[in-house]
Amino acid sequence: MMHTFIAYVEDLPGVLTRVASLFRRLNINIHSLTVGRSERAGLSRMTVVCEASAEAGHRIRASLFKLENVVDVDDIAQAPSVTRELALIKVAATPQSRSQIFELAEVFRARIVDLTSESLIIEMTGVESKIEGLIQILNESDGRILEVCRSGKMTMRRGQHTSRVLRAMGAVADDQPEADDLP
Amino acid sequence: MGTKAKKPASQAPQTTPIRLTGAEIVWATLVGEGVTDVFGYPGGAILPVYDALRKFPIHHTLVRHEQGAAHMADGYARASGKVGVCIATSGPGATNLVTGIATAMLDSIPIVCITGNVSSKVLGSDAFQEVDITGITLPVTKHNFLISRAEDIAPAIRYAFQIAKSARPGPVLVDITKDAQQATAIFDFEAAKPRPVRPHPMRKIEESGLEQAAELIRNAQRPVILAGHGIIESGAMEQVRTLAERAQIPVALTLLGLGAIPASHPLNLGMMGMHGEAWVNHAIQDADLLIACGMRFDDRVTGTLSTFATKAKKIHIEVDPAEINKNVKVDVPLAGDLREVLERLLPRIPSHDRSAWLKSIDDIKGASAVRDIKNLPDLGHLYAAHVIHDIWRITGGNAIVVTDVGQHQMWEAQYYHHEQPRTLITSGGLGTMGFALPAAIGAKTACPDKEVWVIAGDGGFQMTSPELSTIAQEGIKINIAIINNGYLGMVRQWQEFFYERNYQSTPLVSPDFVKLAAAHGIEGRAVRTRAEVDEAVNQARSAPGAFLLNFMVEKEDSVYPMIPVGNALHEMIRRPEKNHVAGHEDK
Repeated sequence: MMHTFIAYVEDLPGVLTRVASLFRRLNINIHSLTVGRSERAGLSRMTVVCEASAEAGHRIRASLFKLENVVDVDDIAQAPSVTRELALIKVAATPQSRSQIFELAEVFRARIVDLTSESLIIEMTGVESKIEGLIQILNESDGRILEVCRSGKMTMRRGQHTSRVLRAMGAVADDQPEADDLP
Repeated sequence: MGTKAKKPASQAPQTTPIRLTGAEIVWATLVGEGVTDVFGYPGGAILPVYDALRKFPIHHTLVRHEQGAAHMADGYARASGKVGVCIATSGPGATNLVTGIATAMLDSIPIVCITGNVSSKVLGSDAFQEVDITGITLPVTKHNFLISRAEDIAPAIRYAFQIAKSARPGPVLVDITKDAQQATAIFDFEAAKPRPVRPHPMRKIEESGLEQAAELIRNAQRPVILAGHGIIESGAMEQVRTLAERAQIPVALTLLGLGAIPASHPLNLGMMGMHGEAWVNHAIQDADLLIACGMRFDDRVTGTLSTFATKAKKIHIEVDPAEINKNVKVDVPLAGDLREVLERLLPRIPSHDRSAWLKSIDDIKGASAVRDIKNLPDLGHLYAAHVIHDIWRITGGNAIVVTDVGQHQMWEAQYYHHEQPRTLITSGGLGTMGFALPAAIGAKTACPDKEVWVIAGDGGFQMTSPELSTIAQEGIKINIAIINNGYLGMVRQWQEFFYERNYQSTPLVSPDFVKLAAAHGIEGRAVRTRAEVDEAVNQARSAPGAFLLNFMVEKEDSVYPMIPVGNALHEMIRRPEKNHVAGHEDK
């Protein structure tokens, strides 16, 4: 099954390697990994999507916490969350064939961000299934896909996920840390 | 010829901030951390550090191979409970440490390894003796550092010590570039203190967990305590003993747990697992409750997981949350420091009479007793079991024994009965051949007043035998027993059982170890018969310096019982008939 982990890690050289190396030696396949600055000074936020058994989630989280540079690890699991991915797709399109691509982009609410006599670039933000959908439609239509660049999933829990209210409602497991307790 | 250069008298750690070179800061920080002994080998990239050593009250043992330095730091840590320290240069010096670091990692031993690296200006350019040792040791260290500024050295080393010792101990590497060693910075030991350890968020104990565990213990009919290395690292010997005695629960030990409970204690069953005695493994398979204390359900201990202790509920008291439910699904996980958890658990445990259960285990013991060493066929050869039994008897069971890896290691676990923790030093997790000789040097350095024995096979001994020179140079008194059967014994045993005695690449031609020792200025003798053993062992013990005994033992003897990989814990191979040794069937 697919797991999605959000890790707050120290923004230091080599931390990405340490995290990736951990997954490798646990023999777990990373499906996507994206990392960037977070709201906390000196900490980066990493979203890792990986394929592993249901029980492995506990072990992955416990092992990540053993890394010195890892400050917090959240296992999104099935919790309500907002997930987005960014894709840039370059499609071969002549002046004759490009209007069909424009229509497809309109349907998917994607934007055209580059246009030449032979190609155009579509920019799309959305959930994985919509991006997969657009790529599939493009493959079936006249447009020939030249390049696809995808960012990997970013995920964020809905609402104040570490609030005491949610905890009291039992909507959050007790071993998830409170936002206020984190450094 | 030892270099006994004049050392400054032991002094209090530097307290006022002072400007020092990076090299001096290395030693000043080690002194502040309480280090008195290090093991290492110099080289170009670490030379500034070596040059500064004479100003500091730390003893340096020069090794002959950096793997030896890492094992010495490891043996030092196991024997003393302190953090061991080793030092090496860049490139090949650093890579030679890797096996030793991995050995410490798998057995959770606290060591700090300091390596030099090329100047930060040429890092990444494939400079002479440059290697990415932090990259190489990523999976085999708890953490590592690459330091290229003098002001970062003290904080990194102090942090390294904290990481090495805290929670589940392990090795930490600090790689220091040459220019950092040569630059200067203000050294302030107190200011270099790391921030407090961030506790692992998944390591906490709920009242409900403790109550569940206590309930299971109170109601169990056939409980067994599984006692591992964590008892010794947590210092929980007394608490485990109290639990066992009050609730009358028998205790099975892992290899690294031996000594956590005295071997002579009536509730001590002995070692469990692949080469454990039959009654121990049967008790575990029949149990209705297992209380796992500081052990990780390693595959050598459980046999095939699908059939492991299927009738038993399991309580797992373990400091590393990642180990919980890793191999074996447990009913009550208690993620915390073993001693602290037991202190909270004990008040809920009443006394209990379990004489029926204990008697049933005793009955199996009678029926499938230890291969009585008196029953070994008298083929005129020496048996490893006899040798180890005699060494145990003559030393009163009080020596620190450092083993290598293989058959002799298992026989040592079966026949040398350890009464105290930190008296069996052995590579369990990684099973590193060549561990014994250097680790014994480390142990003796940590405990100069204790009697230290190496027990090694002819194969493993040859891997690190150059450290005999270290013994000679340092003038260390260690007794060395080589269990010499002319084979890579444990591999040969597997070939005997599973590969139809196809002894491919296992017969071993070795040097005359007595002559080898003599070449190093170390006394020794060969022993070929049982009658000589007592006298030889006593001769070794009373010799003022190191002494090597080359025990020429039965060549094709095998360790029994044995649980083949894939079998359940109770499906063990026993010695076939009363008088069986491979290769002598016609007798």
